[in-house]
Amino acid sequence: MPALTRKEVEDIALLARLHLESDELERMQGELAAILDHFQTLAAVDTADVPAMTHAVPMDLRLRADVSEPSLPAETALAAAPRRSGDLIVVPSSIAPPGKSGTGTEP
Amino acid sequence: MSFAFWSAADTVRRVAAGEVTAAQIVETMLERIAAIDGQLGAYLAVDAIGARAAAADIDRRRAAGQPIGPLAGVTLALKDVLVTRGVATTAGSKILQGWIPPYDACVVERLRAADAIVVGKVNCDEFAMGSSTENSAYQPTKNPWNPARVPGGSSGGSSAAVAAGLCAASLGTDTGGSIRQPAAFCGVVGLKPTYGRVSRWGVVAFASSLDQVGPVTRTVADAALVLQAIAGFDPRDSTSLDQPVPALADALTGDVAGLRIGLPQEYFQAMDDDVRAAIARTASALVERGAEIVDLSLPHTELALPAYYLIAPAEASSNLARFDGVRYGQRAAAGDLTEMYARTRGAGFGPEVKRRIMLGTYALRSGYYDAYYKKAQQVRTLIKRDFDKAFRYCDVILTPTTPTPAFAFGAKATPYDMYLADVFTLSCNLAGLPGISVPCGLSGDGLPIGAQLLGKPLDEATLLRAAQVVEAAVGLGDRRPPIGGAA
Repeated sequence: MPALTRKEVEDIALLARLHLESDELERMQGELAAILDHFQTLAAVDTADVPAMTHAVPMDLRLRADVSEPSLPAETALAAAPRRSGDLIVVPSSIAPPGKSGTGTEP
Repeated sequence: MSFAFWSAADTVRRVAAGEVTAAQIVETMLERIAAIDGQLGAYLAVDAIGARAAAADIDRRRAAGQPIGPLAGVTLALKDVLVTRGVATTAGSKILQGWIPPYDACVVERLRAADAIVVGKVNCDEFAMGSSTENSAYQPTKNPWNPARVPGGSSGGSSAAVAAGLCAASLGTDTGGSIRQPAAFCGVVGLKPTYGRVSRWGVVAFASSLDQVGPVTRTVADAALVLQAIAGFDPRDSTSLDQPVPALADALTGDVAGLRIGLPQEYFQAMDDDVRAAIARTASALVERGAEIVDLSLPHTELALPAYYLIAPAEASSNLARFDGVRYGQRAAAGDLTEMYARTRGAGFGPEVKRRIMLGTYALRSGYYDAYYKKAQQVRTLIKRDFDKAFRYCDVILTPTTPTPAFAFGAKATPYDMYLADVFTLSCNLAGLPGISVPCGLSGDGLPIGAQLLGKPLDEATLLRAAQVVEAAVGLGDRRPPIGGAA
């Protein structure tokens, strides 16, 4: 396995939506490489005819009937939102406003 | 009258008989928590108002001749990954600081319905990721047997509180040993049920194919009592097993004559001498009472650790995607949505959680999936097959719960060193089996040692029966930890 590069660590952090400071990225690079090194033993195991386990105990996944059921009232469900407007949760824009090349801003 | 170390079963009997009121028990417990927990750091939140109200309701019904539940008067502490209506639930993480859930987890509903009294929420490693409770974002929890040692993890608050008599019983969660390992370190009983036996609805998810809720108690009989109350089918958990739960108290016959106890050679390689001696005494005690020892091999054991530390972080990286600052929890200021997600998570998660999210994201990303996650799931099949074969020759498997007694704070130099603390417990989760840790003596320096018993799927009854015999033969008896247990 190739050593983990700084760029790879940055790419993974982006995929994970995880902001890491520069010193965290550096520490993570070393720690992840060391942990992944221990996983090399798995590569040597012959698993050619072995199915991947999906459930430890045999079970059939169930689907419930497609009907509405009682759930939390909207006010209760929204009560913990960090920012809201009426019955809506407010978040910063995900689309750049017209005429701006950058990303949006929090309304 | 001191109720602190009454068993849950004793408490239920005495409350029902009118020897003591639930209110007296709650007041005593709240006083003890106020007096003792400053030395331990087990509790993150104490729900005095809720506990007093529950006690008053039990006492009122008893006085009126109305029915009271099978756990009436039993004080319960809940690991802080169990969602609790109206009581702060943090999962040991800053990202959930201040969140007050609007509902109860299934297990909490069932405990309340059985008249257990929830006294509070107890500390754990952040999102149950860790083996020492040092990863809690809030506070360290000390081991009541020696405050320089960790209580184990991730259910360290549960084990410390039960050991020190700051509740009658607790619920923990176990993804790779997080009930059994701290139970061993603190000298209490910890049971991880068969995967699917107990509903995960309302449990803050870590690794969904491995997580199970289970009891932490001072006696094996109490573990049976609490499991009985929480086990059974729940349609809200898609992996809940629709299987009957036998009367577990009836299984506690004290009889192990003819029971076949498997000793897997792979679990008896590297370990502390005191642990080796304690497990040998445990095996001998079982043989003296009529059990048979069967030497066996679980040849893929050494692959369990790498397989687990790919599968669990992979599932965690997916599960923890929900903590994004939108609907609940903390939110960091940012200019756009993507930046808000990243900054919220960067500020809210601690180092071990970040490490596991990164590891899991690495293992799941395009082009790496077959080499890591799929490979680990194939190895998991091999580990399961080892157990299937072993259980053709034995009824339960006996191993140490941990290679050493409780270690000192800061003793594990690298993340991987800490992962090795779970080396004997995580195969059980990978295979979905039930497992229990029961105290089997003290080390030379006075620290508890745990014996682990693993059972066939859904056979908690046999596990409990064998564990109770171990408890009677080599358990700690009336020995109590210096913190909380001193007369």
